[in-house]
Amino acid sequence: MNYLDELESEAVYVLREVYAQFDNPVILFSGGKDSIVVTHLAKKAFYPSRIPFPLLHIDTGHNFPETIAFRNDLASGLGCKLLVGSVQESIDKGRVVEEQGKLATRNALQTTTLLDTLEELRIDCAIGGGRRDEEKARAKERFFSHRDDFGQWDPKNQRPELWNVFNGRHFEGEHFRVFPISNWTEMDVWNYIKRENIAIPSLYYAHEREVVWRNGSWIPNSEYLVLDGNERIERKKVRFRTLGDITITGGILSEADTLEKIVDEVSVMKETERGNRADDKRSETAMEDRKRQGYF
Amino acid sequence: MEISNNKLLRFTTAGSVDDGKSTLIGRLLYDSKSIFEDQIEQVEKTSKRKGHEGVDLALFTDGLRDEREQGITIDVAYRYFTTPNRKFIIADTPGHIQYTRNMVTGASTANAAIVLVDARHGMVEQTKRHIFIAHLLGIPHILICINKMDLVDYSEDRFYEVAAEIKQFITAIGIESGQFIPISALEGDNVVNKTKAMPWYTGDPLLSVLEHIEPDTVDHDLGLRFPVQTALRPQSGTFRDFRGYAGRVEGNEIHVGDEVMVLPGGQLSTISAIDKMGTSVSTAGIGESVVVCIADDIDVARGNMLVSKHNAPRVGNAVRALFCWMDEQPMRPNTKYIVRQCSDEALGIIKGIGYRLDINTLEKLEGAQTVAMNDIFEAEIRFNKPVFTDPYKRNRVTGSFVLIDPGTNRTVAAAMVQ
Repeated sequence: MNYLDELESEAVYVLREVYAQFDNPVILFSGGKDSIVVTHLAKKAFYPSRIPFPLLHIDTGHNFPETIAFRNDLASGLGCKLLVGSVQESIDKGRVVEEQGKLATRNALQTTTLLDTLEELRIDCAIGGGRRDEEKARAKERFFSHRDDFGQWDPKNQRPELWNVFNGRHFEGEHFRVFPISNWTEMDVWNYIKRENIAIPSLYYAHEREVVWRNGSWIPNSEYLVLDGNERIERKKVRFRTLGDITITGGILSEADTLEKIVDEVSVMKETERGNRADDKRSETAMEDRKRQGYF
Repeated sequence: MEISNNKLLRFTTAGSVDDGKSTLIGRLLYDSKSIFEDQIEQVEKTSKRKGHEGVDLALFTDGLRDEREQGITIDVAYRYFTTPNRKFIIADTPGHIQYTRNMVTGASTANAAIVLVDARHGMVEQTKRHIFIAHLLGIPHILICINKMDLVDYSEDRFYEVAAEIKQFITAIGIESGQFIPISALEGDNVVNKTKAMPWYTGDPLLSVLEHIEPDTVDHDLGLRFPVQTALRPQSGTFRDFRGYAGRVEGNEIHVGDEVMVLPGGQLSTISAIDKMGTSVSTAGIGESVVVCIADDIDVARGNMLVSKHNAPRVGNAVRALFCWMDEQPMRPNTKYIVRQCSDEALGIIKGIGYRLDINTLEKLEGAQTVAMNDIFEAEIRFNKPVFTDPYKRNRVTGSFVLIDPGTNRTVAAAMVQ
């Protein structure tokens, strides 16, 4: 086995443990490459059976249209049930209040929608594509990560995780987040996508689009974008390293329009992939603070 | 980027607050160019705010808010870096005695351990503890880095003096080989690049040692061990009659045609097919996740294990094991804890503590009645049903288990079968 096979075997092992230990697990599906890889691994883990988990998308309403089309095609191709939790609905119901101003995003609002959806559907395990190399608070995350009945993560009181023994026991109302690709890096994900020839949204490939330069990255033009006086829309060849809410996901200038070129580009990249995410720039512990409350 | 040495290496680092562990990891990441510019900028800013000179490498590894504030590592953190030769996973663990459980956790999956020693102080109690835990958890390679050589004028004599002292200790506890490297994590000597400051050291720098280690020291006759995670029965289309068992190979390589015994029943059959995630294969090696089909219609479920008949694990209602207590609540006598071993679950009661280990002096204290968090002790555990185990020294997967408190669902102890 080479290192990619080892990572693959480990992830498959974890997914099978989820199936055996939980009653009602889902795959948190964002349309981004990490959740696509997790879905691909789930397909392999249970072959020739179907993936035994529905896909759950927490929809901010501020999506790249390409992501939604991709999501629908993938779910129907796999024969997976698709569940959607809508942030717009949470706003309409008054569960959350929309942020105001130029830098407003629906990113933080997702937490409430996610927790409400998990509770409503009695989901006891949400499988995510989080990786420990993404962010410093994630470096201490377990494969099987416990959430109390408020959906909160207590980083100082995590269950010890030894060898390959995973403890998913929980009480009514609590749930787990499980991260099968914890040990993968961005480079590993790209190398795996290339090796397995996994389909990903076109947004990851270099393409021309209207963008505006803001906070050090190219934010796509969309109906939700509010321009500042001195900002102007330009046409650039860009691609996205991560996919999130369209209002905060910045692109990079790139000519990489094939998987080979993307892998080459990522391997000489000088900035972290989340460096283009405005949600992580709010403070040094922005991710930890959101995770404690129940964020992905 | 292609990585030439294809096997990944998991290693653990243990060290105390001041011996430069975080600096060493920061140095490995920094010099191997595994840190991105935005991360460097952030650390530069923080270093300046805290009044440090230059870049405080240790800040690359401190994760949670409390740790950044207190400047210590309180939990296991995992780090990743890649060189053109290999992918590495670091389990970065705290060194303090009250974090023994975190050290044990980090060591449980490691193939190599780096133990840091301050050249000025030589072997201290913590050094012994770290080496002992690495040995206890069966880590095959122990690398002793004698750090802060810059503060002892890069003295060859001092290096050999410290090394000799440690060598005596590791031989006494039964470690056959240990490797010694003189380094300065702060100055970058012999971490990634070979230094000119210690021409008397003819060995390789730490990183190149790590790049060339063979991760597993596999005992080649482990026997066939295939714990079943779940049965797959698609019951549809072309696979209407398919019935396979999903799991990971935890012992010898398996082949189509191998004879297997199904535990606990003891029925015999042969492997009729192996499916590796959608591809039919004829063999699968240790660590591979596959689906196994057997020739006979035997009821096999999660918790069962396919094994070789002539080299089977022990099947019994009791074992003696070394335990590390991990929970804040001390062990309650005569309590039925949930035992999770491979994919199986049983109930277990700890009976008769043989000894508790004084982790500083390594003395075996007999007559212990109670155990609390971070204690390491030897005891017998009795199960409510037969459990299939190997000695931990032979197989780290089938030789280990954890205890779960049914009242809290927390993982309260880790155990290694003797």
